Order: sequence, then structure tokens, then C-alpha cells
Amino acid sequence: MKSLADLQAIRARTLENINMRKDEDACRVIIGMATCGIAAGARPVMLAFMDEIAKRNLKHVTVSQTGCIGMCRYEPMLDVVLPGQEKVTYIHVKPEMVPRIVSEHIVNGHPVEEYTIGAAKD
Amino acid sequence: MELYRSHVLVCGGTGCSSSGSAKLIERFEDQLKEKGLDKEVKVVRTGCFGLCEAGPVVIVYPEGTFYSRVKEEDVDEIVSEHLLKGRKVQHLVYVDHKTHESSVQKSLNEIGFYKQQQRVALRNCGVIDPENIDEYIAFDGYQALGKALTEMTPEQVIQVILDSGLRGRGGAGFPTGKKWQFARASQAEHKYFVCNADEGDPGAFMDRSLLEGDPHAILEAMAIGGYAIGADEGWIYVRAEYPIAVKRLEKAIEQAHEYGLLGKNIFGTDFSFDIHIRLGAGAFVCGEETALMASIEGKRGEPRPKPPFPAVKGLFESPTNINNVETLGNVAQIILKGADWFKSIGIPTSTGTKVFALGGKINNTGLVEVPMGVPLRTIIEDIGGGIPNGKKFKAVQTGGPSGGCIPASLLDISVDYDSLTSVGAMMGSGGMIVMDEDNCMVDIARFFLDFTVDESCGKCTPCRIGTRRMLEILQRITEGKGQEGDIEKLETLAENIKASALCGLGQTAPNPVLSTIKFFRDEYEAHIKEKRCPAHHCQALLNYEITDACRGCTACARKCPVNAISGTVKQKHVIDTQKCIKCGNCMATCKFGAIIKN
Repeated sequence: MKSLADLQAIRARTLENINMRKDEDACRVIIGMATCGIAAGARPVMLAFMDEIAKRNLKHVTVSQTGCIGMCRYEPMLDVVLPGQEKVTYIHVKPEMVPRIVSEHIVNGHPVEEYTIGAAKD
Repeated sequence: MELYRSHVLVCGGTGCSSSGSAKLIERFEDQLKEKGLDKEVKVVRTGCFGLCEAGPVVIVYPEGTFYSRVKEEDVDEIVSEHLLKGRKVQHLVYVDHKTHESSVQKSLNEIGFYKQQQRVALRNCGVIDPENIDEYIAFDGYQALGKALTEMTPEQVIQVILDSGLRGRGGAGFPTGKKWQFARASQAEHKYFVCNADEGDPGAFMDRSLLEGDPHAILEAMAIGGYAIGADEGWIYVRAEYPIAVKRLEKAIEQAHEYGLLGKNIFGTDFSFDIHIRLGAGAFVCGEETALMASIEGKRGEPRPKPPFPAVKGLFESPTNINNVETLGNVAQIILKGADWFKSIGIPTSTGTKVFALGGKINNTGLVEVPMGVPLRTIIEDIGGGIPNGKKFKAVQTGGPSGGCIPASLLDISVDYDSLTSVGAMMGSGGMIVMDEDNCMVDIARFFLDFTVDESCGKCTPCRIGTRRMLEILQRITEGKGQEGDIEKLETLAENIKASALCGLGQTAPNPVLSTIKFFRDEYEAHIKEKRCPAHHCQALLNYEITDACRGCTACARKCPVNAISGTVKQKHVIDTQKCIKCGNCMATCKFGAIIKN
């Protein structure tokens, strides 16, 4: 290491990985991962989120899990919570829907309405 | 580096390691692999979280769920419930002693134990992996060194430390900036910067936790200090009985070398600095700076008269600066955030924070860091969670064998250097031993003196012989053989030793005795005049008695090693106090609580 810039580079690189330990106002993606969620395919969805976040090099986004909230027929379900905003609940999420949720909602702040629970037909 | 969705932080400090945290880490890794989660969840061994009482401690991020007293078999449940299905394992979540609230919905900083703390020196302990230099760098590590080397002159560095009001955390409270100034002013070809990690007070483990949890912070501060005083070599004197700390320091030095943060031409400047470790054999006197330097040089660890002070003639006859571990733990933060920031914490004469090792009769045994000037009550009641088993608080001992006791009547005293000294105690290095009504203050004084007698190096007469005479007097008082005039004899001896001993060890050794006499003279008098121990602690002064609750089960009579208990089956038994050797066996054996001591 020869300069402060080198130090900054290491700092930036590592910070991405350990941000969750200090960031309290991160954007949170909370995925229902009870038996019903997992059976309906929540795991590939979660992995798709992690992939997408890594690919886009997003900071301040954490992916966490939660249990069953009782609407098992809508699984896989997940919440996206942007700091200071109401949570948005997505239902019947499939891995291929993830890039859109990430780009439109997490990056640009516009929920993908057609995927949300509000758009459910029944 | 890969992206993980969750980090499982397992405490790898000495406290949690001894309650089995290493096994937890293995089990976590096994279980995660078995469930196919090892690419998503990272297990990190960190330094001490401070709440050692609840150890082994595990924190799961991003939720920040705080699990306490985790056993090996609990790991499977955390993995299959929390990490796989996102359901927190309620029964393992930490419950606050005082409020009985479970911390399920709370983040770490809202728990009573942490809420009133402010972490400066311990900022990274329990947050980063101490064996990973990248994590230290991510949390602003080595930025201060970079700033000092590239933007500041050595004089400016010293000025910032001076302005911050930082005082030595090892006990005496000497202004750190002044120390650096003296060392800078000495002209010499070679200078040394020494870190004193010879933490010896019974019950104190602040420095150990800091070295274990954030070793790079100490290295960085030493390099900054080396630059400020013009030293090119650093030594860390650490006791060999801190194996985890030593291992992590060695690893940290190696990593810092790899990155060029130690060694030649750091950050491309012409400043070069290297750090060596010297293992101490655990002699208490080697915490005294001149004895410490003698020990590093390979000589017998004995103090020598000052002056010359180390800043003039120290290690290997060269100007040397010595700072305590915790003092150094503050340095990088002060350089980065400025003197004004540091001064905004604490009170004007004692700036910043202080780490205390809470131990003894207290609910939350552990490591706490509070701003200077908080009332002692906050530390004991709010953070410490009060006294266990509904007992009454009696006193707190600060400063270890050099310090004194603070009685319940002074519980609202402000915790800073000058207030504590004014009541005959001292800040000390930060050991805080809490005592309840069952502790005999004469016996406490005897305990600490026993320690100093053992640790006295024997070089000067007042300490070698004087403390032993004091111990003999205390011993006979606790054995019920105290004589009229013993208290006065103790006081005279104490004053003489304080005035004439060569080093800090001897000069402060009588403090525990003086302060217990000052605040608990009545207990001394009860021992001497009435041959009675008010706390029912001194075995020789106790009488065991059997009350009417006795059912005549004969259990006690069978356990008594000297056949002092007589009685027939189903009849009340009697203890022959002449024969009784006061071993307490009968009391421990009785199922009916029929045996009392008074």
C-alpha cells in the first residue's frame, strides 16, 4: 500500500460486505421463509435478490427472512421497506420478477404495482 | 469477497471462549453447510461484546437479534429456525435482568445494558472480525494514521492529543499529550514507543478485551504516537496468560506488514515504524513503567527510582514513551474526529469515556464503557442491573490493589479521575468489584494486601516488609485475635509505606486498607472489640447454631468432620461450639435451613 487511495479502496470494498452491521436505515427486503414460503419457492427468489444486489453493487440493502404471516396462498411473499416509507408487500414472486423489483422499486423508488398484494385479483 | 445476506457474530473474547464459543462457531459452520446456507450466511468470530455474564453471546444480522447463553445444541435450532425460516428463537433471546423484557423486538442499542454506554475505545469490539484487517479498515481503520502522516506534522498530532484532554487510562491519569511532548523534546538517534498491556489488577480485563477485539486499533495508535514523538520502534508488553490477545496481535502485526501499514516508508512517506511483542510472565510490578522496561530488556522486572523519567532515558537507555492499551484505543478516533469531539464527551477535567470491568456481586458481569462523569449509580444499577438475589449494595472497589472502596452513601458520586481520588479511591485501570452485605470489608482489605505482598518485588524495604506487617495485623483481626490499637498501627504503617516506597505498587498498596478503615471503621472495631464479623463472613468469628426447625434427620451430624454435633434421631441436634471448626459443612448439608451462623 502506497497511498491513502489504496486504503480507501479496501475500505469501500469491505464496507459493502459488512454494512449490515452498522447500517440502521438500510432498505430491507424481507422474505417469508416459513414452510409454506419455502415450499412455494421462496429460496430461489431470495437467491435471485442476493444475485441482483451483488450484480448492481447496491449498498444499503439487506435481505432478511421472516416467518409465515398467515396468507400462505400468496406465497412466496416478500416485503420491501425503504427507509421512512410504508412497506410494500409483493406476492407470488418468481425469480424472474426480481430484477424489475430491484430496478424499479429499490433503485428508483417506484413500487411495481402489478406484483403487489393490492393488485391481487381475489 | 462474496455477498452474504446474513452475518452470525459469535463472541470470541476470553469470557465467551471459556464458555465454549469456539465449539459454537464450528457447529454453526457445520450446520450451515448441511442446510446449504454456507454461501448465504457468514459466521464471524468477533471480540468481546461486553455482556460476559450472558455469554456465549451470538448476534444475528441484519436483524440484530441478540442471543445469550447459547449452548452447542441450540445452534441447530438457530440455524433451522432463524437462518433458514426467519423465525427468531424466542427462548434464546436475551432478557434484561432489570426490566425482564425480552429483546426480541429491540435492536442492540436499546437493551438496558448498552443504552447508557458510549463506545469509543471499544467501538469495534464485537462488531468486526479482529483477525481481518479489511474489516478494521472498513470501519475507518488506519485512516487516522494516513491523515497524521500525510497532512499533519508531529507537533500538530501532539497538539490535538493535548487539546483533547486525553488522560492515561492505566490508573494515574497523566495527560497523554504532555507525555508525548516530553518524549518528542528528548534528542536521540533512537526512540521507543511502548504499549503497556500488563494488565494486573484482580478482576480487570479491559485491556485484554480491547487487544482481543480490536488489535489493529492499538497498532495504529502506536504508529501515530511513534510518528509524533519521533520513534521508529514499538514494543507491546503483554502478559503471556492472554493467549488469545497475543495470537491476534501477532496476526494483526503480520497483516499490517503485508499491507505496508507497518514497516518501511508507510504511506509513501519517510516514516518507518515496526512493532515487537514481549510476553510478560505475569508479575504485577511489571505494570510499573520502569520495571516493565527492565523486563523488556531481559532483566529482572524491578522498578528503579525516577528521575530520569522514561521520556529522557527509558528502554535500552533511549527516550521512551509508555501508554496503556485503553489510552491508545482512543488515539485514532481523536485524530480522525478532532479534539473538540472528544472533549464533548465526559466532563472538562476528565474528557472522553472510560471502560470498566464490572465484576463481583452484580447481575451484568461484563465490560462497560461510559462517558466520564456519569454517576456511579448509573453504572451499578442501570447498566450493571443491580445486585443479585435481592441483597443490599455495600460498596464498590475501584482501582484494584491500588484503589479504594466507595460505600453506598457515595453512590451518586461522579465517576471521574478527581472525584474518585477525593474520596480515597481512584479511577485505576478500570476494575470495578461490587460488594454486597455478605462481604466483610476487613477481609476485602486483607485480600488485596495479600495480593500486593505476593506481588511485591522486594527491592525496597517499606513495600517488602511494611506490607507484610500490615497483612499480619489484618490476618489476626479476621481470625478474632485483633488487639486494641491495631487500627492505629495500620494507619501509621500505611502512611509510612505511602511516603517511602520506591514505586507505585508500594505507594498505593495501603490504599484498600485506608479506605476501608475510613468508611467501615465500625466493622474493624466489631472484629477487634466484640470479636464479631458483621457480614458473617470471617469463619473464625462465626458460631453455628441449630434452630428449632431441626427435624433430627442426623444428616449434619454425619457430615461433621470433627463430630461436634450431637443428638438422637427425630430430636433437635446441638453443636458443640468448642469442638466446631466452622467449616460450614453442616449448613450446606441441612435440607431444612435449620442451621444458622451468627
